[in-house]
Amino acid sequence: MKSTTITLEHGAGGEVMQALIGEIILKNFNSKSTGSVGLESLDDGSTVKLENFDSNSELVLTTDSHVIIPAFFPETNIGRLAVAGTINDLTMMGAKPLALTCAVIVPEGFPMDDFETIIKTMASTAAEADVPIITGDTKTVEKAALDSIILNTAGLGITAAEKPVRDSGLSRGDKILVTGTIGDHGISLMAHREGFDFDTDLVSDSAPLWKLIEPLLELKTPEGAAVITAMKDPTRGGLANALNEMAEKSEAGIILEEEDIPFKPAVSAACEMLGLDPLEVANEGKAVIGVKAGFEEKVLEILKKHPYGKDAAVIGEVSAENKGEVVLRNRFGGMRYVDVPAGDPIPRVC
Amino acid sequence: MESSVLRRPYRKTGTLIKMAPENPQSKQGIPEIEKKLLERIEASARPLRIMHVCGTHERTIAKYGLRSVLPEEIEVISGPGCPVCVTPEADIDIAIALAKSGASVVTFGDMMRVPGSAGSLLDAKAEGTDVRMVYSIDDAVTLAEKKPEQEVVFFGIGFETTVPANAATLLRGVPENFSLLVSQKRTPPAIGLLSRDTEVDAFIAPGHVATIIGTKPFEPLAEQGFPVVVSGFEAYDVLLGISLLLAQIEKGEARVDNGYPRVVKSEGNLIALKMMEEVFETADSEWRGIGNIDSSGLVLKKELEEQDAAKRHEDLYAAALGEIRKKAEGRDKKHCICAAILTGKAKPSQCPNFGKDCTPKNPAGPCMVSQEGMCYNWFKYARIGGSRRA
Repeated sequence: MKSTTITLEHGAGGEVMQALIGEIILKNFNSKSTGSVGLESLDDGSTVKLENFDSNSELVLTTDSHVIIPAFFPETNIGRLAVAGTINDLTMMGAKPLALTCAVIVPEGFPMDDFETIIKTMASTAAEADVPIITGDTKTVEKAALDSIILNTAGLGITAAEKPVRDSGLSRGDKILVTGTIGDHGISLMAHREGFDFDTDLVSDSAPLWKLIEPLLELKTPEGAAVITAMKDPTRGGLANALNEMAEKSEAGIILEEEDIPFKPAVSAACEMLGLDPLEVANEGKAVIGVKAGFEEKVLEILKKHPYGKDAAVIGEVSAENKGEVVLRNRFGGMRYVDVPAGDPIPRVC
Repeated sequence: MESSVLRRPYRKTGTLIKMAPENPQSKQGIPEIEKKLLERIEASARPLRIMHVCGTHERTIAKYGLRSVLPEEIEVISGPGCPVCVTPEADIDIAIALAKSGASVVTFGDMMRVPGSAGSLLDAKAEGTDVRMVYSIDDAVTLAEKKPEQEVVFFGIGFETTVPANAATLLRGVPENFSLLVSQKRTPPAIGLLSRDTEVDAFIAPGHVATIIGTKPFEPLAEQGFPVVVSGFEAYDVLLGISLLLAQIEKGEARVDNGYPRVVKSEGNLIALKMMEEVFETADSEWRGIGNIDSSGLVLKKELEEQDAAKRHEDLYAAALGEIRKKAEGRDKKHCICAAILTGKAKPSQCPNFGKDCTPKNPAGPCMVSQEGMCYNWFKYARIGGSRRA
């Protein structure tokens, strides 16, 4: 009989663990191989076949561990976050995601149904970007050691013939684009955690961005240069953190136009109420993109065709002044620096 | 004059104003109130030092870069307006001592990072004590209800804006295991102090506090010859406030204008005031960086000593106080210039620690701790506007 909660035996390497892998993991991961040895072989590792790639291509490898409390939040769960996060890390490098790994650390007592839901979510998120999950690992720990599930996903990707897209690629005149509304993930999670009801269906924006970004990577200027000059996903620390890193690494200044930055009204309202700066709030399904001047409309047009890019907007440009700094200009000309947040946003007293 | 400015078509009562339009099309629909107000201010600009006494005003000014768009002659400085900043180290030490004794200490988020004489509540939390961050006193009461065997102490800080909520909660009745550690302040005595020893020409009075106490408590300032305006917290509220002050000065008048009539009534919130009176009485109070100000604090009335953390945990309180006095004797004074900054006599950039040994990440003085703190806001937002005049 299938047990209703995870026990230590589920990670002990024996029959119980084999059953868990068979009945929950293998059953739900639809796409699990991209070479001659895949997840279903349950071998010591899996293989990735490389075909039709330019000899100048480079492999990109990334890894990310995810721990979030609660594991379930509006509309989705940690499984989507873990898969989308790693796909997005590869995507932001301009790399086509080839394969993912999935390592799970789960405490005893974790509900089996929740576990299966998370695995199913991982599968459906990976499927959105056509990426197989080809190998994995399951460990269980005592309840006292951990109070929620931890997921680690590593991702392997490959760049096209040209160089990978870097954070540091901005140069003077480039336009700065964002692929959609800012702060949805962080605010929806905070509202959910604290039981706030903003009378709105604000949900996490967690999403794999590969299909959205893929067509942009082929764009070239008449001189043959890549139209996308830099790219980053504004996760923890929000837009403020991502843009500051890009400005600093690119040794350039960024000027943002406040009224062009897209926000959902609920996010603005919640930030006003809680005393948070929406620019510092986390996103899990957005990209900040540097685009060669003159191509921003073309890029916007492509982005807006995809559901994850329908609210895309040009929010600023790269300047020669204020090297390494991000400056925000509002609709009546007031200017301020956008700094790197000190830590997690903390709500204020009044 | 006011009505045309105050009737904003895009702001519905009870909804929060959007930071940015929902979509680019609505951009043209927004009247450029700020630009009009700025033009009006430009037209009657003259050398002027205006002090506001509210952290949220500082935040508005910094967030919208108002110092970068105001005429050079008009200087807006920040008085003591951050409740977190003025909470004395001793009160934080006592809260930490309570947490270490096993009580759950519950408070607002921005109190967590403020250093006492030996670390902050956040440090105490890291050491394993039960310190929690909440959004309102109700959350603390709920915690006490859920854990009847656990002592729960709500560390109540803030000005008249947060006092009524605490009073209402106590009047409604709280579980036996719940008590309030009171570190709350009254604004008028501090403003009185500022007007006695100041370089300031006019005052922007805090809209939040005035919502509760009304505009009358600010009248003594006007009687001393200072033009005063009660302002709200959007960029246009502050700009309107400045323009109203200029209008008073032009005519040689000094009175209290209400620049926030959509919220503030001259008599204040009578229900809230009554509740405050029922629960609290005034007492002298220590302001961090400033010192003692007569009748500027609040204590719970004797009938409520069961809910008074200072009385309920009297031994612990006395021991913590003794410890604090002992420490204070042997300690070198820190060289922050908080007192001068809080009273508007110095700017953050004049403090030797500002931006060096004192940053939002590692705050030495209280003004750097809170998002309402003058130094925090200067560090974070105001360098463009600030550097021009520093």
